[in-house]
Amino acid sequence: MSKYKTFTLGGVHPPANKLTGHLPIRDLEPRGTIAIPLSQHIGKPAELVVERGSEVRVGTLLARASGFISAPVHSSVSGKVKKIDSVVDAQGHRREAVVITVDGDEWEESIDTSPDLLEEIPLDRRMIASRIADSGIVGAGGAAFPTAVKFSIPEGRSVDTLIINGVECEPYLTADHRVMLEQADELIVGTRILMHEAGTARAIIGIESNKADAIELLQERIRIKAREGKIPEGFITVLALKERYPQGGEKQLIEAALGREVPSGRLPLDINCVVSNVSTAVAVYQAVQKNRPFIDRVVTVTGHKLVAAGGGGNFRVRIGTPVSALVDAAGGLPEDTAKIIMGGPMTGRAIPSLDVPITKGSGGLILMDASEASRLAVKNCIRCARCVGVCPMGLEPYLLEKLVQHERYEDAEKEGILDCIECGSCNYACPSNRPLLDWIRLGKGKVVELRRSRMRGNQ
Amino acid sequence: MSTRADHQNSAQGPGGARPDTTGPGAARPGLLVALPPHERADESVARIMWAVVLALIPTTLAGLYFYGIRAALVTLVAVAAAVAAEHFIVRYMLKRETSTVTDGSAVVTGMLLAFNVPASLPLWQIILGALVAIGVGKMAFGGIGNNPFNPALVGRAFMLISFPADMTTWPVPGAARMSLDLSAVTGATPLGIVKDVGSVGLSALDLPSYLDLFLGRIGGCVGEASALAVILGGLFLVWRGYVPLPVPLAFLGSIALVTGIAWVVDPGVYIDPLYHILAGGAMLGAWFMVTDMTTTPMSLKGRVVFAASAGVITALIRLFGGFPEGVSYSILIMNALVPVIDRHMKPRKFGYGKQAGAAASAGGAR
Repeated sequence: MSKYKTFTLGGVHPPANKLTGHLPIRDLEPRGTIAIPLSQHIGKPAELVVERGSEVRVGTLLARASGFISAPVHSSVSGKVKKIDSVVDAQGHRREAVVITVDGDEWEESIDTSPDLLEEIPLDRRMIASRIADSGIVGAGGAAFPTAVKFSIPEGRSVDTLIINGVECEPYLTADHRVMLEQADELIVGTRILMHEAGTARAIIGIESNKADAIELLQERIRIKAREGKIPEGFITVLALKERYPQGGEKQLIEAALGREVPSGRLPLDINCVVSNVSTAVAVYQAVQKNRPFIDRVVTVTGHKLVAAGGGGNFRVRIGTPVSALVDAAGGLPEDTAKIIMGGPMTGRAIPSLDVPITKGSGGLILMDASEASRLAVKNCIRCARCVGVCPMGLEPYLLEKLVQHERYEDAEKEGILDCIECGSCNYACPSNRPLLDWIRLGKGKVVELRRSRMRGNQ
Repeated sequence: MSTRADHQNSAQGPGGARPDTTGPGAARPGLLVALPPHERADESVARIMWAVVLALIPTTLAGLYFYGIRAALVTLVAVAAAVAAEHFIVRYMLKRETSTVTDGSAVVTGMLLAFNVPASLPLWQIILGALVAIGVGKMAFGGIGNNPFNPALVGRAFMLISFPADMTTWPVPGAARMSLDLSAVTGATPLGIVKDVGSVGLSALDLPSYLDLFLGRIGGCVGEASALAVILGGLFLVWRGYVPLPVPLAFLGSIALVTGIAWVVDPGVYIDPLYHILAGGAMLGAWFMVTDMTTTPMSLKGRVVFAASAGVITALIRLFGGFPEGVSYSILIMNALVPVIDRHMKPRKFGYGKQAGAAASAGGAR
């Protein structure tokens, strides 16, 4: 038995392939033109406030949040708005974006660009909330849910534990690992701010045991802060977790850390938890303490061929930078690259072009050659039950696949298809190479449609 | 539009490839676009099946040792017939371009079929049995993965009703190792001995020792000789993660439980449970039949219930049925019930538990 905690149901253990974990974060200077999409988050696209020809600086508001679930978008560079155009995003959809020709690197004066660590946190929760909302922070772990919305705790609800997600269970990705190592103090202050905002005196930073250096460093820093009297003893703890995918999934992480299950169809808040990614917590620090909006993020650029040729690494990249610029900085595209994945290999999207811009939710670029990228021929299901065994939600992927193939969406709904978190463990484990998750995704869409039409029928 | 070859050339320039799309956001030729996940485990049907073949090797060797070269011949012929039957059906009847025999599953069926017959069986009978196992038991349903019944057991059931005499004539272990004709030296199986107890009582019978049962110095089918050899193969599959240990244990446990009750009630007539699990096809069934992926339920709970139920039926047939042995029929009966078990024995879903329910009611509607 392992001495580390982990989640209970299912899970897989793909090769970690953390090829870039030892490489320090490098800043990528903005150059050329960049394209900042207005919709980088779950919810409504932001509303444009600049126009063609507008002069912008780093931090200038480009578009403001529209509606409750939305997030504003800021310029990540200084220069001139060349045009408002549609660009293809990682999903392959065309999205409206502000295209800016980069000129120098002028920052808005309101932003504190000094390297000093500001540990004194403001006590006014409304002020914190508005700083988080105005800075356009969204979950940096991939889902890109607006952080301000997540932390607006409704009347009558309470949070007893804030969980900071430093699991980074996706293979290849090392961005969060580097952030924890290089921005530990900022992470701790960001965590304190989020704790204050959520009204809790307990935070747990969950990290998988393969990042022992980050676990040790954070424990050390927390001990020092406690000794200095800056935080109470036991206020923030670091929890080492067993390596297992999808431990970074919100529901799995909460269960691993606290033993609580988020009920089907509910939110972590329903069991008095909030989960936030480490990079999000650092962004919160920068927003609240430095008045710095979400204008850049750390992206891992990796791949076996790339790293073998001496390339790859972790880059701090301005939002809107095209993938091509990042790949060039990381050593150039290996000649037989057949697939470029934005995000992790288990949940990321294979992008159609090198013009796709980096957005707030993109944590990695993985370059794969044909042998790694191709799907193999689909064979008969031999009922080996691996998909059932690895599903972290306790679903039966083989059955959902069959039900969706036969268009039996109501039955698929009864079997819990909407509980699927799309971690891809079933696909990963299938010895017959069946595209189980493709079918389940299709079915989820159909079931959501079905529910909508049912709601309309009831009105 | 540039081609894939152009790309490979352009990528040789300094600094790697430049994006050479034809317009803003145009898809780059040569880039694969697919939905996640982009990783897959190093696993395949063929790997699983060949591992089962490997796991059956100790039993093959035990058969060879105890029943001689005739056992090896029966095994070889059964495998060859099963593979040939599947290849013929796939290529010439279904007219598919690639044969499925390389996945190893027909080899497994052939071996298991041979392990379920006496080493003395006429070869034309085992060939017919293999044709039925593959043709009726497997390919008629759509090939690997689609068969509701264990193909080897379908073949065996067919042979048992077609050739009842040859199928129940048992060579004596070690009697004629180098002979191709075993008909001269026949004996009874351990279960046959205790079945015909009649009124004399067990104590009057000449029973094999437990050590003989465990090592294999007993009469029976090719694969029934040595419990030890079967367990070795079974443990290999457990180690490889292809067999969940609770499944064979549930099967053997329930046989032991039911036969144990009978033994406690009347030890003069009923043999003890250890004898039952070491004798006959119990071990082979436990490690290689109730653990068959295709013909058993999908949840672990379901698989354990399947195995335990098959064990109960096996014991009942052995104790009260017309045959001394009941492993294959019990498994076939349970195969038929798999859809029912699958429907009712679901894995535990995340977020529906007691704890989750309590939290939900405490949290109120959202």
